[in-house]
Amino acid sequence: MNANQVLQQFAASGVETCFHDRHINPQIYAGLDGKNWSIKDYEARGGYSALRKILGQDGSEGLSQDQVIATVKESGLRGRGGAGFPTGLKWSFMPRQFPGVKHLVCNSDEGEPGTCKDREILMHNPHIVIEGMIIAAYAMGIPLGYNYIHGEIFEVYERFEAALEEARAAGYLGDNIMGSSFSFQLHAAHGFGAYICGEETALLESLEGKKGQPRFKPPFPASFGLYGKPTTINNTETFAAVPWIIRNGGLAYLECGKPNNGGTKIFSVSGDVERPGNYEIPLGTPFAKLLELAGGVRKGRKLKAVIPGGSSSPVLPADIIMNCTMDYDSIAKAGSMLGSGAVIVIDDTRCMVKSLQRLSYFYMHESCGQCTPCREGTGWLWRMVDRIERGEGKPSDLALLDNVAENIMGRTICALGDAAAMPVRGMIKHFRHEFEHHIEHKTCAVPAYV
Amino acid sequence: MSSIKQGVQAQSFSEATLARFAREVAKYPAEQKQSAVMAILSIVQQEQGWLSPEAEQGIAEYLGMPAMAVHEVTTFYNMYNQQPVGKYKLNVCTNLPCVLRDGQKALAHLEHKLGIQMGETSADGLFTLQQSECLGACADSPVMLVNDRHMCSFMSNSRLDQLIDDLRAAEGKA
Repeated sequence: MNANQVLQQFAASGVETCFHDRHINPQIYAGLDGKNWSIKDYEARGGYSALRKILGQDGSEGLSQDQVIATVKESGLRGRGGAGFPTGLKWSFMPRQFPGVKHLVCNSDEGEPGTCKDREILMHNPHIVIEGMIIAAYAMGIPLGYNYIHGEIFEVYERFEAALEEARAAGYLGDNIMGSSFSFQLHAAHGFGAYICGEETALLESLEGKKGQPRFKPPFPASFGLYGKPTTINNTETFAAVPWIIRNGGLAYLECGKPNNGGTKIFSVSGDVERPGNYEIPLGTPFAKLLELAGGVRKGRKLKAVIPGGSSSPVLPADIIMNCTMDYDSIAKAGSMLGSGAVIVIDDTRCMVKSLQRLSYFYMHESCGQCTPCREGTGWLWRMVDRIERGEGKPSDLALLDNVAENIMGRTICALGDAAAMPVRGMIKHFRHEFEHHIEHKTCAVPAYV
Repeated sequence: MSSIKQGVQAQSFSEATLARFAREVAKYPAEQKQSAVMAILSIVQQEQGWLSPEAEQGIAEYLGMPAMAVHEVTTFYNMYNQQPVGKYKLNVCTNLPCVLRDGQKALAHLEHKLGIQMGETSADGLFTLQQSECLGACADSPVMLVNDRHMCSFMSNSRLDQLIDDLRAAEGKA
C-alpha cells in the first residue's frame, strides 16, 4: 500500500453518522448512501427540478424574483449557521437594482465545536447546495458566487469542486443557464484553519486573500460585502433547504416544523451518547426524542448537561433541556441558543470545570486579536478557569470570572467575544457548586474524568 | 520561525505548479488575484511541506502583492507550516466534543507510540504530532487530520497503531 491508500482506510464512511434510518422526515439527507452524490443521482432524486420550475422549464410560467423571495419568507426558513436570521428577509435586503456586480457567498466554514453537518451535506449531497445557491442568485440578481469551505475538510472541498464541474457541464451553472437570460458563476474556496472565518465579515476578508479579521458593522455585507460590493451570505444548510421549499411551497415547509420555526434542522449530536452523528428532524421535536435517536446517554449513565447549539451557546442542565423542544424559540426561552444545532451531550461523570477549561482555551486560541476586550479577556478567562481546575483558584475568582465575561460581551467588533463569555457565564450559573468545590477543596467534585 | 527578510530570493515554480496556481486565480475577477493566496499557499505546502520565506516571496511576485501580505496570511491561519515538519503531520483534535470521546487519549497514545511530545517531530523525520482545535468532524471522534488533507475518523488506539504501522511500512521503515 502506498501512503494514500493507507490513509484512505481511515476515511469516514458516513454510515454511522449520516446514512441511518434515524432521521425524521429528512429533506436534505434523504436517500443518501455515500455513493449517490453525483449529478445523475441527484437528478433522479428530483434534483434541479426547483431550478427548472423557477426558470419555467417545466412547462409552467416560472417564478419571478419576488415570488421566490416571497416563498422563502413564507417557509419560515431561518439561517442554519447559528444566528437564525430569517432567510427570506435577508434576501430582500439585497439591493437588486444595484447596477454593478453583486456576490453570493456560502458559509461552509464549519468550525463551531460540535458542528459537523455541513461536511456531510457537501460530501454526500453537494448538488443540493449548488441548486440552492443558483436559486438564491436568481432571486437576488447575482452573477457571481463562492462557497468558502472549512480548510480542515479538504476532501469535501475536492468533492464540491467535482460537483461544480458536473453542474457546469450540465448547463446549470455558467452563462445563460438552461437557455434563459440568467447567468451565474460559482466557485469553491477554502480556509486553512481559523475559527474566526466562520464570522461572515472575517470570511469575506479571507476570500479577499487577507487575514480573517472581522469588519465593523455597519456597513453590512448587503451594502458593502465581498470586494466592497453588495453580498448575501448564507450557511450551507440554509441553501440546502431552498430546493425543497421551491418544489413543495413555503407553507409545506413551515408546516413540517412549528410556527416561526419552519422545516427540518440537522442536529450534530456529539459527546456522551451511544450513537454520535447527524440527525435531521423537524424543528420542534422534543430533545428527549433526539437523545433517544442518538441511542441515549452512553454506557447507561445519567444525563448531566447539554450544550445545545455549539460550544458558544450556554450550557443547560439535564432537567431544563429534557423539557425543551429543539427549535430556536424553545432553546432561547430556556436561556441558551439553538445556534448551529450542535448538541454536545455531557454525562454525570464529567467535571464541568474541566469542560469549561477546554472551551476557554479554544476561544483564547482562536481570538483574532483585533479587539482588546476579546484578545486580553479570552486569555484572562482561560488562565482563571485553568487555575481553578488545577486547584489553585481563589474564592474571589468566581466573581471576577463573571465580571471579565460581562466586560467582554458587547464590546467587540464580532461575536467571538460573546461566544467566549457566554459558556463561562452559563457554566457558573448552572454549575457554580462544582467551581466552588474546586476552589475550596482543591480537587474535583466528580470522581475521575474518564 | 520564518520571517520577512530583506533580499530574500523569490522561488520560481515548475510549470505544473504554475498550472495549479492558474486554476485558482481563474476563479476570481482579474483585479482580485490576491484572493487565490490561500489556495496557492496550500498547494505550495502540499508540494514542499512548508512555506519558506523564498516561497512566500515567489507567491507574492506571482500574485502581485507584498510579501508581507502573504506572510500575514501564512501566520494568521493555523494550518500553514512556518517551518519544516515531518513527512506526515498528524493533527489530533482535542476540543471538548472530541475530549468527551477519547481525543485526549488518542493524542497521549500517539505520544507514547511515537516517543515524542505534541509539537515534536520523530527522529526519523516521518511524523510531526500536533494538538488541534475543532476539525469539524465531531461525530467521528476521535479524529485526526493527516497532512492537512486526509481526515481519519474513529481513531481508537488500535486504529492509530495500524495507521502508524502502515505508514511506516509504506515508507519502508516498518
